[in-house]
Amino acid sequence: MNNILIKAEKISKTYILFAEEVNAVKDLDLEIRQGEFVAIMGPSGSGKTTLLDILGCLDRVSTGKLKVLGQDVSLLKESALVKIRRVNMGFVFQEFLLIPTLTALENVELPLLFAGLPQNRQQAVNLLEKVGLGKRVNHLPKELSGGERQRVAIARALVTSPKILFADEPTGNLDTKSGQQIFDIFKELNQKDNLTIVLTTHNNKLGLQAKRIIYLKDGNIVSRQESSLFV
Amino acid sequence: MKILTVAFKNLQRKKIRTFLTIGGVAIAVAVLVSLMGFDAGYQKSLTNDIDKMGYQVLVTAKGCPYEAATLMLKGGGGLRYMEQAVFDKIASDPRIEKISPQLAATEFDKDRQNGQGGIILYMGVDNAYLGLKPWSKFKSGKWFSSEDADEVVIGYEAAELEQRSPGDQIFIPNLNKALKVVGVFQRTGTQDDGIMFVPLKTAQRIFNLPGKLTGIGIKLKDIGNLSDFEESLYNEPGIQVISMAQVKGTIFNLVSSSKAMTNSVAIIAILIAVIGVVNTILMSVFERTKEIGVMKAIGASRLDIFQIIWLETTLICFLGGFFGDIIAILGTNLVEHIIRQALPYAPAGKLVIIAPTLLLGSFLGAVVMGLISGIYPAYRASSMRPVEAIRSGD
Repeated sequence: MNNILIKAEKISKTYILFAEEVNAVKDLDLEIRQGEFVAIMGPSGSGKTTLLDILGCLDRVSTGKLKVLGQDVSLLKESALVKIRRVNMGFVFQEFLLIPTLTALENVELPLLFAGLPQNRQQAVNLLEKVGLGKRVNHLPKELSGGERQRVAIARALVTSPKILFADEPTGNLDTKSGQQIFDIFKELNQKDNLTIVLTTHNNKLGLQAKRIIYLKDGNIVSRQESSLFV
Repeated sequence: MKILTVAFKNLQRKKIRTFLTIGGVAIAVAVLVSLMGFDAGYQKSLTNDIDKMGYQVLVTAKGCPYEAATLMLKGGGGLRYMEQAVFDKIASDPRIEKISPQLAATEFDKDRQNGQGGIILYMGVDNAYLGLKPWSKFKSGKWFSSEDADEVVIGYEAAELEQRSPGDQIFIPNLNKALKVVGVFQRTGTQDDGIMFVPLKTAQRIFNLPGKLTGIGIKLKDIGNLSDFEESLYNEPGIQVISMAQVKGTIFNLVSSSKAMTNSVAIIAILIAVIGVVNTILMSVFERTKEIGVMKAIGASRLDIFQIIWLETTLICFLGGFFGDIIAILGTNLVEHIIRQALPYAPAGKLVIIAPTLLLGSFLGAVVMGLISGIYPAYRASSMRPVEAIRSGD
């Protein structure tokens, strides 16, 4: 548990919104270790998503130092970040964001295409079976329910065998039952496969089930706690 | 799965939009192919038509409209006549290899063309005519039995139209005269196919034009003497001399001005198609901002995104080029018909010749057009930043 995957030192993110400077993340320190299950929580506008984007190398810091897998990524360009992302990180989004013209299976295979990895169809099918969609592999996203779509998105995120899975409000568009099912998948991935998971949520009931909870307010961490509810 | 699969499936998303865009490209390509095919075909059949007259110089009566040759060939009014004596005088010139006197006469037949009526061109010729056209072969029957027989030899198309073969009769209602069909020519691909030939003397008699001619076709022994020969005829009163090279040039000039117009139409059609393609693809790029963002998030490089969008554009133009070629091939007859109406002089052969190289060239041109049109939309898509793209519209 001492293997540090991500280390953020005094990172800040400033952007301009309607001609006003917004400090989405301010002087934030954070370490994420192998095998952790971190829930980032906090009210709307507290910087959860911005922080997740930065940790996931989707966005760059304005100031501060961010090390991912031992590499300083603070100053890297998008073309370099994409190379880090595509083999080390998986992403799940609130709106699922599947490609509507591709089947579940093709959506899962897509990251392999981009990463230039061998497209092992059986591996993609196995992942869909793992998230409970073994019988839906050839369905288009529009033929699937919200919960099912998010499962496809999870399978897609896992296909490159990433070291970290990032999920931005993964249950935000789902009903309570589907939300819990998706969360259970995350817990299982973390426990059985020792996959590091970082997610944002403003659902307390779900967030409290993570191993570690970080509360954000105005772009900084106001409280860190180890969860007792994690089972 | 390949990048191509992703691009191809994207095109199936909005089928009508894709179909219309492909249709725009197809029409532009079809217009281009038809016009270029016309350029090639017209030049070829006009040259063929004039070369196959067999003579290099046509002598007509003075006052005959300048495009006398056209009238001679097509029929129509405005014919002027000259005396046979002119022929006798010219014929003795030693520079002449072959010379053929002609008397053209047109008859309106109200029963022709399913009752619409049509003009039939009768051409009085003597035996020398065949000598000018060694390629003319009889499909059936033979040449006139004598110089003033009431007989007719029919061009291939005229025979088809009139449903006549040797032994049948041709009736000229206005003259209340019947002629016996003795021969039918094989197809030559020239205006001769539509003409009814009668012996010169017979023509002079039945059309009541004794000793008159409308034209004299002349083939020289040495084409190099052409201008000298023309010069010597300028002094003859009552006639004018037209060289076929001159006629060809005049007709090409008439046509080339309209060709410039039609070529600009083709260019405009292609420009509109390009704008349509760029617009469609750009629109679809902006609609898919989030998808492009998520593809980048899960590992697509700028090049990957560029390729997807570029391929989509190229596929549209690839299909547009393919269907454009097909439309052009299927539409040849229609285009031929329309152009024929519009031309000052339409030769008998095929006006629109669509060569395989033209089809291939236009198809490749469409693909290149796709490659070029795709650059900007593909660049825009590939430049999107993942976070902004994913969070757009939130």
